[in-house]
Amino acid sequence: MRDELFCSLFYITVVTVLGISGIDMAHKAKNHSSPSSPEPASLQVEDVSANSNGPKTAEILIDDDQDDLFAEATEEVSLDSPEREPILSDGPSPAITPVTPTALISNRIEPKVIGVPSMFERSLDEVEEEAGGDLFDINISVSDPEKVGDGMNAYMAYKVTTKTSLTIFNQSEFSVKRRFSDFLGLHSKLASKYMHIGYIVPPAPEKSIVGMTKVKVGKEDLSSTEFVEKRRSALERYLMRTVKHPTLIQDPDVIQFLESSELPRAVSTQALSGAGILRMVNKAADAVNKMTIKMNESDAWFEEKQQQFENLDQQLRKLHASVEALVCHRKELSVNTASFARSAAMLGNSEDHTALSRALSQLAEVEEKIDQLHQEQAYADFYLFSELLGDYVRLITAVKGVFDQRMKTWSKWQDAQVMLQKKREAEAKLHLANKPDKLQQAKDEIKEEIEEWEGKVQQGERDFEQISKTIRKEVGRFEKERVKDFKVVIIKYLESLVHTQQQLIKYWEAFLPEAKAIA
Amino acid sequence: MSSSFLPLSEEMFQARSVSVDLNNDASLLIDIPDALCERDKVKFTVHTKTTLGTFQKPEFSVSRQHEDFIWLHDTLVETEEYAGLIIPPAPPKPDFESPREKMHKLGEGEASMTKEEYAKMKQELEAEYLAVFKKTVQVHEIFLQRLSSHPVFSKDRNFQIFLEYDQDLSVRRKNAKEMFGGFFKNMVKTADEVLISGTKEVDEFFDQEKTFLLDYFSKIKDATSKAEKMTRSHKNVADDYIHVSATLNSLSAEDSTPLKHLEKLADLFEKLRKVEGRVASDQELKLTELLRYYMRDIQAAKDLLYRRARALADYENANKALDKARLKSKDVAQAQQHQQQCLQKFDTLSESGKKELTSFKGRRVLAFRKNLIEMAELEIKHAKSNMALLQGCVELLKSN
Repeated sequence: MRDELFCSLFYITVVTVLGISGIDMAHKAKNHSSPSSPEPASLQVEDVSANSNGPKTAEILIDDDQDDLFAEATEEVSLDSPEREPILSDGPSPAITPVTPTALISNRIEPKVIGVPSMFERSLDEVEEEAGGDLFDINISVSDPEKVGDGMNAYMAYKVTTKTSLTIFNQSEFSVKRRFSDFLGLHSKLASKYMHIGYIVPPAPEKSIVGMTKVKVGKEDLSSTEFVEKRRSALERYLMRTVKHPTLIQDPDVIQFLESSELPRAVSTQALSGAGILRMVNKAADAVNKMTIKMNESDAWFEEKQQQFENLDQQLRKLHASVEALVCHRKELSVNTASFARSAAMLGNSEDHTALSRALSQLAEVEEKIDQLHQEQAYADFYLFSELLGDYVRLITAVKGVFDQRMKTWSKWQDAQVMLQKKREAEAKLHLANKPDKLQQAKDEIKEEIEEWEGKVQQGERDFEQISKTIRKEVGRFEKERVKDFKVVIIKYLESLVHTQQQLIKYWEAFLPEAKAIA
Repeated sequence: MSSSFLPLSEEMFQARSVSVDLNNDASLLIDIPDALCERDKVKFTVHTKTTLGTFQKPEFSVSRQHEDFIWLHDTLVETEEYAGLIIPPAPPKPDFESPREKMHKLGEGEASMTKEEYAKMKQELEAEYLAVFKKTVQVHEIFLQRLSSHPVFSKDRNFQIFLEYDQDLSVRRKNAKEMFGGFFKNMVKTADEVLISGTKEVDEFFDQEKTFLLDYFSKIKDATSKAEKMTRSHKNVADDYIHVSATLNSLSAEDSTPLKHLEKLADLFEKLRKVEGRVASDQELKLTELLRYYMRDIQAAKDLLYRRARALADYENANKALDKARLKSKDVAQAQQHQQQCLQKFDTLSESGKKELTSFKGRRVLAFRKNLIEMAELEIKHAKSNMALLQGCVELLKSN
């Protein structure tokens, strides 16, 4: 019932989308013998050989998100989960499978060629070991924002510098120029490859149409400078979190992003592109799915963790709001202190008693220095404390997303079981029927189908177990990282507060003799 | 806040005065040891200790309301003999509007905070309420002390009645209102600036004073309002620390993972906000109150200048009248006498005015010195406590 509802809803929306991005989709659909197999599957053969990075063993997965909707009708491209093959995803994220109206689907399975499992496992362990110890040496900085172009087509180019001793990179220190949509494109690819198998992919910084427009239009004021700085800092944190992930850092897309001087433009990240709209539709689809799937949770760990993350999410949002208020008030304090400093200076000028006049002028100077101090503290409040909390609010959304993926995987497995049951019943019916001539052909067909669905059920179960395993590991890693991350940033923040107090002492101690000198 | 008896401690007493050198003369010592807050009305207990024979008893206390102080001030202003003196500025009406409004807002937002958070905010507001209370007591006390330490005012009959009369003063107040109707005061305010800046000044001293006072008044008024804004922002930051601390507490309570340092952090912010709160209120008392008080005092000095200017105008008119009378040869003696009177009045006014303004400057400079020193010392003290708290927490976090 759910699926039917979905099919119709999706069909209608997609027809509209097709209209918008007609060429794109039609082109994709044309390229494949089986309309349901996603694009990168066919590309991979050419790409791997052309890829200068070589076929590094990495985890890539073709996204089969769409299969939910077409469970009854589509083919699944199934991969045996633990085994992966190197794939360089080119262009838009394969989360967007070509759209096919149910009537066109044929009944062919395309089993995938698999890579080398054991080799993969070993290298993953190695990297994880590196990640755990001090050998995980990589540092990324995002700097030198530069405006390129003019008017509405202008954009900011950022320099991304990587310093590392890891062998998966060609050099130990290198930089490239990237723009914001490149980062979004990277995230989009990583999300489509890893999220549905249970990896927590760090979210990219958010878009801001208002902020960017100001920059494009060339408004060189404080707010646009602040906006660029905020974005630069966010991009840096995003990359650092991504490369700290032992699996993601090995991804060819990540390596290409950091290393290669030219990067194909990620057009699909634009909000109003065909891909963008499909993304929105997917999001809606996911939301409906979440409401209708009632999972039988057999594992208490998952239930507990989900609840924990729910609570954490609420508390972090609240804390974030309080810290944002603090930033705002501290900025106000800075402004008001500056205003008072000016007023005190005027008062000092007006004062006719010489010593008092000098003391008042000194007071004005002290207050001016203090207003600077408050402003700097407000920056620290924001960039250290507030942004940390904002990042984690978004990260937790990603974590919750991964739990949802597990639910979807479970649901797929269940659906396969239902299908198998239906086919078995159909077979039974055939055996009871009395039509000898057509019977044998039908019986054979049904047998084939049953085999197919048995395979799918097995695959579904394997997928579910794998994603559960991955999530457990990921959550463990996430919690460790979180503790470390918070501790480091909080210490830095407290040290900023200490610095402010030290400066205050210095300023007031310098002022005291001036006040005492009033005679 | 309903009826509450608030005895004021010795420490509060010391911290209070923005003015200096008051209440040193043992022959007449006045203070306000406590006050009662009843809804909108504050009842001050005025306590007098005296060796002067003019009083009936050597030590006594009476209960007075704000309106009684205003009555006393107005009678002084209206007394001719005091025209050449700076009348100490009347204390402003007790204003609990700000904390009351905040308390109301807090009540509305109660549902959105934890119990602990709400309790802390309430505590903060009660402290604010108390601070307003302390300030109003201080400012009423200083008014009386200015009078008692002045050679002329201390002998004023109405002042004595104010201190001694053990009945309600409201009857007297009503009579006074009927007599003067507040008309005079309003007139003074509007004509003030024009008259002072208009009259030609022959005396160099007064010329300088006039320029100085007019300019200084506008500057100190501006500085007062900017200082107020600054202090308010400071309080807002301290309040934000409360919310941060409360949420950190909830986080650490719910979080099963070893984020023990969240608890320490929550504790730290709670302690920090107390210090920040003190910084804000000390700044208020030492800086904002100082500026506010002297703004009012400068207004009183300007009023003196006005009265002198009016006396000068009267004298000049009397001169003109005398000339006219001489021309017409009619009522010359009368006109001459009037002119002499005006001249005398003007001269006494100028003489006492000069003395007053000079001592006023001395008083002002001393008060600024005292308060600026105290403010700087308190800022240093609070910054040092903040630093100790912060460094302690950093050490704790690093060692884990």
